[in-house]
Amino acid sequence: MTRSAPLPWRAGSILAALALLLFALWLGAASGETAIPMEVVAKTVANRILGTDYALDPIDEGIVWNYRLSRAVVAACCGAALAVSGVVLQSLLRNPLADPYILGISAGASTGAVGVAILGLGAGALTLPVGAFAGSLVAFGLVSLLAMRAGRGTGAIILAGVAGSQLFNALTSFIVTKAASAEQARGIMFWLLGNLSGVRWADVTLALPVAVIGLGVCLWHARALDAFAFGADSAASLGIPVRRVYAVLICASAMMTAAMVSIVGSIGFVGLVIPHAARMFVGVRHSLLLPVSALIGAVFMIAADILSRVIIPGQVLPIGVITALFGAPAFALILSQRRAAA
Amino acid sequence: MSISAIEVSWSAGGVDILHGVSIEVVPGEFLGIIGPNGSGKSSLLSLLSGIRRPRVGEVYLAGTPIHQFRRQEIARRIAFVEQQAETTERITARQAVELGRTPYLGPLAPWNREDDEIVDRAMREVSMAAFGERRWHTLSGGERQRLHIARALAQEPETLLLDEPTNHLDIGHQIGLLHLVRELNLTVVAALHDLNHAAMFCDRIAVMKSGRIVALGSPHDVLTANLIREVFGVIVEVQHERDSGFSIRFLRPIDTTRPSASRCNVQPSAFSKKK
Repeated sequence: MTRSAPLPWRAGSILAALALLLFALWLGAASGETAIPMEVVAKTVANRILGTDYALDPIDEGIVWNYRLSRAVVAACCGAALAVSGVVLQSLLRNPLADPYILGISAGASTGAVGVAILGLGAGALTLPVGAFAGSLVAFGLVSLLAMRAGRGTGAIILAGVAGSQLFNALTSFIVTKAASAEQARGIMFWLLGNLSGVRWADVTLALPVAVIGLGVCLWHARALDAFAFGADSAASLGIPVRRVYAVLICASAMMTAAMVSIVGSIGFVGLVIPHAARMFVGVRHSLLLPVSALIGAVFMIAADILSRVIIPGQVLPIGVITALFGAPAFALILSQRRAAA
Repeated sequence: MSISAIEVSWSAGGVDILHGVSIEVVPGEFLGIIGPNGSGKSSLLSLLSGIRRPRVGEVYLAGTPIHQFRRQEIARRIAFVEQQAETTERITARQAVELGRTPYLGPLAPWNREDDEIVDRAMREVSMAAFGERRWHTLSGGERQRLHIARALAQEPETLLLDEPTNHLDIGHQIGLLHLVRELNLTVVAALHDLNHAAMFCDRIAVMKSGRIVALGSPHDVLTANLIREVFGVIVEVQHERDSGFSIRFLRPIDTTRPSASRCNVQPSAFSKKK
């Protein structure tokens, strides 16, 4: 797998991946409470991007362009970013159960975002994503400190993550209850469960660059991540500057998680389950594992979003509920397999 | 190129582990480090590899303080095989060895055919060429250890640092592995448990006790009955054989350091009576 496949084959698989992603986006824009024909979606995109002049129902066109397509793009970015964060955390911490949600990074990001939005921390100088980023780093720092105190076993950091999540979720609730108006509180509680309803094109301008840059940074360090297979000391003896790589990659994961949390709230289990699925397809080499995880994450999230809109007619389920319905059983499966392997 | 440690001290978790240790590794030699559990063998190796930095003192690589080198440069010169490095990744045998090429690769220096050849050669050298596609978790302890050595060889180092490389191997694999390493024509520093192995394979032996080097020299000069009693607390008989070799026969623990042993009179007859 290290030996690169021949160029035409690689180009072919990249094209196939892009085609799959585009098809998922297309489907995401077409489905919903009122299904809009795929043809209308294509014509809308052509009108908006290529400047063509197909005659379309302005309401359909508006729904596709203003609501559904932006939503599908953000869902894709979010799925990709969370999956990549999951791969990085699992490899760096050498823990198959690591994921931004379980380690409390998402909870920290929520607290940071709420702190900025409701308490007005930073006096207007801080934006929501920056607050979320700070919150996620604080949460990860606290969780790793606690894990170090508790001993370095693989279970320790997961337990520390549970404690961290609880703490930050409690802080978030506290801030919301104490300082938010009733209307704010309702909005925030819905957002906390993971919700793509409010997403517009403005959110794409944050989600897309963060997902692409995050994936790029992690891919740049793909060999370093490979070298962590036998632990940090082994990586160091293979010439990896361990501390720098840790710092860069943890920051990249925290940044991706925080950006996504600030847009759509904290969505669990994507970062946990998708990397395992990707490993089953393409193995452990990060140069392949990272992009494939990103792709599967993106497609999975678009699918989960479609499902959340159509599963109960007339109702939109928080997307976090869908991902948890898939993720929690997968978590149980990984847990039991790990026990069997040990 | 040579590695040397000058007056290095190291502590972990508030416990002093090494006290002012100095040692110079002579290029091309097989240097064995022996000593009881907790005497600081592993710590000394991790300082020599540059993975840990001494609290006091300095480790030099070719006359320059080792921490002034980039990690990648060190990894091209020194390969370190830790004790019991394990993974839960579903990695294949060959992929584990391919990691040895890490110090020569980067985002802009991709894998090429030469890397393949070096990995193939390393796998052949440890007789694991046929195991390339086997998953790590299906391999035996001996096979894993040989792959760790192969990974170190794929680094094309000048110096090989081995931390108890024969742990958990059967006697055939123990001798085979040390013989293999001896034949490689590299500078080798190895922490060893078995004194007879140290006598068989080492050019020089450093003896450690409580974080200090208490003896350093040829196996002949170092492995005396007196020293072994003092360092390991065991009464031995060193038998010199005709063609320069010698062997150590372990008789019994020293009574004074093992009060429980003194009560049951440790002699062959005592064991047979108990039975």
